[in-house]
Amino acid sequence: MKIAVTATAADFDAPMDLRFGRAACFLVVDTETMSWSVVENTQNLNAAQGAGIQAGKTIVETGCTAIITGNCGPKAFRILTGAGIKIVTGAKGSARQAVEQYKAGELQESSEANVEGHWI
Amino acid sequence: MIITVASGKGGTGKTTVATNLAVAVGKGTTLLDCDVEEPNVHLFLEPKNLRKTPITTMIPVVDQDACIQCGACSELCHFSAITLVADELYLFPNMCHSCGGCVMVCPAGALTEGSRELGELEIGQWNDIELISGRLRVGEAMSPPLIERVKEAAEGRELVIVDAPPGTSCPVIAAMNGTHYVLLVTEPTPFGLNDLKLAVEAVRVLGMPFGIVINRADAGDDRVVRYAEEEGIEILMSIPYSRKVAEYYARGRLLVEAMPEMAEAFGGLVEKIRAAVERGTR
Ligand code: SF4
Ligand code: SF4
Repeated sequence: MKIAVTATAADFDAPMDLRFGRAACFLVVDTETMSWSVVENTQNLNAAQGAGIQAGKTIVETGCTAIITGNCGPKAFRILTGAGIKIVTGAKGSARQAVEQYKAGELQESSEANVEGHWI
Repeated sequence: MIITVASGKGGTGKTTVATNLAVAVGKGTTLLDCDVEEPNVHLFLEPKNLRKTPITTMIPVVDQDACIQCGACSELCHFSAITLVADELYLFPNMCHSCGGCVMVCPAGALTEGSRELGELEIGQWNDIELISGRLRVGEAMSPPLIERVKEAAEGRELVIVDAPPGTSCPVIAAMNGTHYVLLVTEPTPFGLNDLKLAVEAVRVLGMPFGIVINRADAGDDRVVRYAEEEGIEILMSIPYSRKVAEYYARGRLLVEAMPEMAEAFGGLVEKIRAAVERGTR
């Protein structure tokens, strides 16, 4: 199974990034082999508006079935859930630890956006 | 002549200055409340004969059956207001800037122009003064188009006073844009000066003539006065801080009606601004 996690650097052992739309980068992880690859989020860091939407689009295009992150706004939430992607929150530590927590069933799937949207 | 009354932050007495200025001039004045997120001029000047008109803005409407998922609209929109994600088209109307580009670019004719309500335009009268204000719908974020509409409603008037939103962001620029003079209201405190500097920077970028009104002038120190001297900015008026002023303010009363010296000072303020606009001072 392929899942994504927001990370503060392009490294599986880097701390998780609690931001979704403005996350430093996304790591796409194969949960069986724990092999990972990086998906950049650079454009979004500078976008004036719609970072969450664009990040949502990026994640949908990776073909992941779940995303582990901290805070997800309503627009990104709409896109992710619309594509059937689970939004998983409550993880702590590094990106690797977050994925391990997910595999161990320690994390919650969120059923609604947990932060206000940014407008402009 | 259009005068904008602005301030780097809320609570400096911006609306007090705008309303008293309008009343001091009286007949023939139009007062615009462009603080559309929190209009409050009506608390000081209760409007008569109020007429309300809904204000809408254009948004695209999609015919999902006609859409061929080509992504042209999504690529064009800078605001992610229309986004194609894995063959699913998402619309986020409150992020749309109404440019109409997506409708034009759609090769399948799947997009048409719809509309969405931004808020209301309210036009009323207080004695000899015309009051025009905008009120943004709760939860709405796109205030600049509504502010534009409020200003359009006052086109051709002789003397227009604009009560701008607080701060220095997009809505404030929208309110200042196209006016002749900006009056920056501040307080003589460290925070007041800090916000004033930000406001001055914004006005200078727009290249408009401006001056300062110091509110609660004797409740702080001389830092704003020194700053104005260094920068060569005219201080047009100082409103003293007294219990009397505070009481009038708290009761929503007008300073110009309660204190004759204030009526005179505000009357003089308009003349100073007129002179500055004619000189074209920066
Ligand atoms: S009208 Fe302009 S801003 Fe609005 S969705 Fe279409 S392209 Fe985007
Ligand atoms: S441009 Fe028209 S056809 Fe293409 S994705 Fe957008 S709505 Fe659909």
